[in-house]
Amino acid sequence: MAQIFPKSSNTLSKASVVGAGAVLATVGLATLHANRTTYMTTEDLPIEQVVQFTHSHHVGTLGLDCRFCHTAVEDQAYAGIPPSKTCMGCHSVVWKDAPILEPVRASYRDDTSLEWIKVHDLPEFVYFNHSIHIAKGVGCESCHGRVDKMPLMWRENSLNMEWCIACHRAPEKHLRPHDQIFTMGWDPMKALGLSQDELGRRILEENQVKSRTNCASCHR
Amino acid sequence: MSPMQNPGQDEGVLVNETEMATAPSTGGARRFWKSLDEVEGGESFEQFVQREYPSQAHKFQDPPERREFLKLMGASLALAGVSASCTRQPKERIFAYAKNPESTLPGKALFYASAIPWSSGALGVLVESHEGRPTKLEGNPEHPASLGATDAQSQALVLGLYDPQRSQTTTLRGEVSTWNDFCAAMKAALGEQTSAQGAGVRILSGAVVSPTLAEQLRALLALYPKARWTQWEPVHRDNARGGALLAFGQDVNALVDYSKADVVLSLEADFLSGPAGVRATKQFATRRKVRAGAANMSRLYVAESAPTITGASADHRLALRSGAVDLLARKVAKALGVSVSGADAADAQLDRFAAAVAKDLKARQGAAVVVAGESQPAHVHALAHAMNARLNAIGKTVRYVPPVELESSGHVEELRTLVQDMNAGKVQLLVLLDTNPVYTAPADLKFTEALDKVATRVHFGLYKDESERRCHWHVAAAHFLESWSDVRADDGTVSVVQPLIAPLYNGKTAHEVVAALSDKAGMSAYDIVRERWQKALGEGFEAQWRRAVHDGVTARTAFDPAEVALRSFDLPAPAAASGLELTFVPDPAIHDGRFASNGWLQELPKPMTKLTWDNAVQLSPTAAARLGVVNGDVVEVALGDKRLRGPAWVQPGQADDSVQLALGFGRTHAGSFATNLGYDAYALRSSAAQWSANGATLSKTGETHKLATTQAHDRIDVTPEGIHTEHRQNEILRIGTVDRFQKDPKTFFLAPGEALHGGGHGDTSIYPPHERGEYAWGMVIDLNACTACNACVVACAAENNIPVVGKKEVLRGREMHWIRIDRYFDGTRERPRIHAQPIPCMQCENAPCETVCPVAATSHGPEGLNEMTYNRCVGTRYCANNCPYKVRRFNFFLYADYGTESYKLGRNPDVTVRSRGVMEKCTYCVQRINRARVTAHKAGRKVQDGEIVTACQQVCPADAIAFGNIDDAQSQVARLKAEPHNYGLLESLNTKPRTSYLAKVTNPNPDLEPSA
Repeated sequence: MAQIFPKSSNTLSKASVVGAGAVLATVGLATLHANRTTYMTTEDLPIEQVVQFTHSHHVGTLGLDCRFCHTAVEDQAYAGIPPSKTCMGCHSVVWKDAPILEPVRASYRDDTSLEWIKVHDLPEFVYFNHSIHIAKGVGCESCHGRVDKMPLMWRENSLNMEWCIACHRAPEKHLRPHDQIFTMGWDPMKALGLSQDELGRRILEENQVKSRTNCASCHR
Repeated sequence: MSPMQNPGQDEGVLVNETEMATAPSTGGARRFWKSLDEVEGGESFEQFVQREYPSQAHKFQDPPERREFLKLMGASLALAGVSASCTRQPKERIFAYAKNPESTLPGKALFYASAIPWSSGALGVLVESHEGRPTKLEGNPEHPASLGATDAQSQALVLGLYDPQRSQTTTLRGEVSTWNDFCAAMKAALGEQTSAQGAGVRILSGAVVSPTLAEQLRALLALYPKARWTQWEPVHRDNARGGALLAFGQDVNALVDYSKADVVLSLEADFLSGPAGVRATKQFATRRKVRAGAANMSRLYVAESAPTITGASADHRLALRSGAVDLLARKVAKALGVSVSGADAADAQLDRFAAAVAKDLKARQGAAVVVAGESQPAHVHALAHAMNARLNAIGKTVRYVPPVELESSGHVEELRTLVQDMNAGKVQLLVLLDTNPVYTAPADLKFTEALDKVATRVHFGLYKDESERRCHWHVAAAHFLESWSDVRADDGTVSVVQPLIAPLYNGKTAHEVVAALSDKAGMSAYDIVRERWQKALGEGFEAQWRRAVHDGVTARTAFDPAEVALRSFDLPAPAAASGLELTFVPDPAIHDGRFASNGWLQELPKPMTKLTWDNAVQLSPTAAARLGVVNGDVVEVALGDKRLRGPAWVQPGQADDSVQLALGFGRTHAGSFATNLGYDAYALRSSAAQWSANGATLSKTGETHKLATTQAHDRIDVTPEGIHTEHRQNEILRIGTVDRFQKDPKTFFLAPGEALHGGGHGDTSIYPPHERGEYAWGMVIDLNACTACNACVVACAAENNIPVVGKKEVLRGREMHWIRIDRYFDGTRERPRIHAQPIPCMQCENAPCETVCPVAATSHGPEGLNEMTYNRCVGTRYCANNCPYKVRRFNFFLYADYGTESYKLGRNPDVTVRSRGVMEKCTYCVQRINRARVTAHKAGRKVQDGEIVTACQQVCPADAIAFGNIDDAQSQVARLKAEPHNYGLLESLNTKPRTSYLAKVTNPNPDLEPSA
C-alpha cells in the first residue's frame, strides 16, 4: 500500500502542534489584554446625564465640598446621590429659570426621580464600602480622579479587581491626612514636604490601616 | 421505588435487630440512627450515603455522543470566551429621591417595631427595612412574648408579604370591582337590615386579639343589636377554656414560667412549639443549660401520642395514645392527693410512671407545674389546674390571666350556632374576616352547604381561597407588614402594629372593612387605631402614642393576674379505648393551612419526620408492620362514613394504636403549588372530635406516593463507602446524664467500656498554618438548649436569600438550607429518645473543601472563615464531595427566582443572589461580620463581644447558639469553648472545626431510669 502522507507531513504536524499552542496562547493573551483596554472598561468615557451636571463647575470653580451632596459618604457604604431637593436648595435662587435645569425642577415639582446613569458601577457581587476607606485615609481623588476638572463625569480608573487589589496590597501609596480626604490635587510634598511613601507609612500606623485582601471582604 | 424494601419482614426479627442496633455502645455497636431504613438496611439509605447528590448524571450514557460532546464543549468554550471577553458592562441607572425621607441613608437598614397578630397572642418584632422594603423580622427584646426571639412561622411571614399569589383586587362574583363599589353594596345591604336591627347580619372572624378591632365590632353590634359576631379558629382553645370554666368558673389562661419550674409534667402539651412557644423556650432553656459546676437542671416529663419537639426535649417521654393521657392525669392527680374518680384502671406502665412523676412533683412543691395540651379534653385541663393548686404552683410557676381573645367563646359551639342560623335562613349578610371556614370548619357541620343559603356573602382575606370561591364579594387584605393595627400578647401587653410599606396591592385592613359596615365608612386604619388609643390614653396622648409605636410595647397594659379559686368538679367516666385512634395536629410548618403557599415553610423539614412538601398518615412501627405498610404506601383512613387517602409515614416514638393526621394540606384553592398537595385531614375532623377520634380503620391501597424527607440526606455518621463508622458516633453526638456530668464532665457520655474518640491531632497537618488575623470567629451550639424548632433554618433563608427548590429537587437531595437540623434516634424503634443537632458550616481551620477547589473560589480568610466567592465558582462540586459535614449546597438549576418582581423587593441586598452552577454555604453571616467590623474600626476600636449576632443566633428562642471571637478569652463563645463538655464534630479528621457543640445532658428520674 502506497504511503498516504509524504515525509514532509512530519514537519507539518510538529509545526501545527507548536502552532496551535501559539495560536491559543495568543488568543488567550489577547483576551486578557482586551479586558484591560479602556474600550472594555469604559473608563475615560464621559457619560451624558439627564441633566448635564458639571463637577468641574461645582467643585472646581465654586469649591463645594464633596459631602455637600454625597452626604452619606462618611457613614455608609454608599456615598449617596443627592435628592433633587439638594439641587433646589441653591437653584431655587440661582439660575432658577435656566432651561438646562428644567428636569431638576420637574423632579422636585412632581416628586419623581431624576434618572442618573451610573458612572462608577461595580458588579452586584462586589460590596464596596465608602465610609471605611475615608476613615482610614483614602482620598476621593485616589479612585475618582480630578473630579474638579471633569465637566461631565467619567470613570478615572478601571475599577477592575486587579486595580483594587493593587492598592490593597500597598495602601501607603494612597493614604492622606484626614483633613485632606476631600481635597482635589493634594500633593504631600508641596503641603508637608513629605514623600507619599513616608507619609503613607505614617498614616498606615496612625489609622491602624489593616488592608484586607481576602475574598469575603468584598464578595459575599 | 419505595424507601423501605422489606415490608413483610417478621416482626420478631425486626425487634432483635433494633435491640442489637441500640445496645449501649461498647465501642463497636451503633447507637444512634436517623431512619428506620438504616436499621433495616433499606436501599434509599445506601443511595444517599454513597453519593453526595444521589441522582445526577455521572456519565454520558449514549455511546455515539463523544463527538457530540466535544463539539458542544468546543462551542460552549468559544461562547464562554466571547461572552467573558467581549461584553461591556451594561448601563445602570440610579433613581435619586426627589425629596429624601427623614433618616433614610442609602444602604443603611432601619428597624421598626411592630407585632405579629398571632391568634395565640402577639409576638413583638423589629422589622428590618432596606430603603422602605421590609426584608426580615427579628424579635423585639422588650416584648414579653418575644424576648428578642421568634419562631419559624414568624420568620417566613416576609415571604408571604411578597407572595405574587396574594389576592390583588376587590372582586364581585369573580369580576374585578372596586373598594367604593364594595362600600356602597355594604351600605345597601345593611340598609335593608336597619329595621330588623341587623338580625340577618353575621360576622365570622378568626380569634380577634386586636383591642381596636374588638371595639369596632362591639360598636357595630351596638348599631345592629340583633347581628352576631362569631369567632372560629381551627386551632382554637376550646378545651383550655372548658377546663378553666370547670376548675375556676371563669375563662382564664395559664401562663407558665418555665424558668422557675424544677419539674414539669406535660400532658400532651407541645408548649415549646410555634409563636406561643417562643417565651416558653426562652424560659425553659435557662433551666436546661449546664455548665461545669453549675447544673441546676429542670426535669421534664411528657406524655404524648406522637413525637413533638417538646417530647424530644423531655427527660422522660411516654408514648401514649392521646385518649390514655386522661388516665395518666387521673393517676398522677390521685397520687398528689387530688380527689379523682376513674383512676383505678390497672396499667403497670402508667402506674409506675405516674408514681414516679407524682413523687417528683410533690418533692418540688412550689417549683413544679403540670400543663395540659389543647388535644386533651376540658376535664384534663381542669385536673392540671387542680394539681397545680395542690402543688402550690399558682402564683409561683403558673399564673392565671384573662384569655388573649377579646371575646372568649367556645369556637365549635359558636360556629355550630352560626351554621344553624344560616340553615334556618336567618342570615342575609355574612362577612368572613380573614378566615377560611369552607376549608377548616368541622366536616359534620356542613358549613359550605349552609353558606350557600346566605344571600350576600363577603370574603376578606390575603388569598383567593376555598371560602372566597363561595362568596360574592372578595376584598383583598393588607398583610400585617402593610397595616396599622394593634394587638395583644398573651400576657395582655398591647403593641401597635405599624406598616413598613404601603399596601402592594391596595389591600385593606380588617379595621377598614368593619368601618365600612358601620357608620365610620371611609376611615383609614391609622385614624381608627389612633382614635381608639386617644380615648384610652387621654391626657398626653401624642407622646405616649409615639413611644408605643417606637417601642413596640405599650406601658402598663399587661393583665393583672386573675383571681381564681378552685372549685370542685366532677370527672366524666374515663373513655374506653376502642380501636385505632386518630389525632389531628396543626402542621408544624404550615399550621392550619394558612401558610400553604409559603415556599419557605413548605420546604422546611418538619422537626420530627423531616418531611417536606407533604403531610402523611403517621403511624408507629408496630402498627405499620401489622398493616404491612412502609413509608410512602398510600393508606385509606376511614372514620365512620368518611375516608381519606394519604401516604403512610412510620414514625419511631409514635404511640401504638394512634395515628396522627396533620391539618393544613389537601387544599383545593391555594395557589399554583399548594393546591392538592397532601391530603385534607379536616375531612375527618368532626365538631365532636376536634383533636382525637376513636374507631378509625386503616387499610392498604397498594398505591405508593413519593415522600420528600430529608432524614437520609447529608449523612455525616457514615463514610462514603456506606460503611457505618460506629467509632465516629461519639464524635458526633455526646449524651449523658447530669449526675455523671457532675462527676466527670469530660467522659460522662461514654457507655461502660466505650473508648473516647475524637480530639484533634494537635498542630500536625500537611498544610502550612493559616495566618491568624485580628479576630478568630467561632460558634458554639448548646445541644441541651436546642429544641429542633427550625426557627434558625428559616431565619437563615431570609437573611441569606436562600432559594426554594421544590419537592422534586428535595427528593434528589438538593435542598439548599445552609443550616440543617439533624435528628437522631437512640433506643428502640417504639420508644426511642430523639436528639437534634443543628449543622451549619463548621468553618474548619484545616478545611477539606478549600484544598480541592481548582479555582480558589473557596478560600481561607484571616479570621477563620471558609469564604465562598460565588463569582469565582465554576461548579466542579469537588468541595461538596470533600466536605465531611455535608454543609455545602449546589445550585443545580437557577433556583433563585430571577423573574418574579415582587420577590426582588424582599431579598437582603447585602447578600448576593446566587445563580445556576454555583456552590454556596454558610459563612457565619459574613455580611453582618463585615458591617460590625467596619463600624468598629471606623470608631478606632475592636469589635466588641456580642456586637455580631448571626441570623441563626438572633432568632434562636433557646439562645442555643453563641458566636464571637474565640481569641478573646472573655467572650461568651470562648468561655463556652472552655467548658469541659465542649466538643468538635468528627475532630479525629483533624479539620479543626470553628463550630463546636456542648454535649447534651439529660436529667432522668432515678426511679424510672437507674443511672448507668
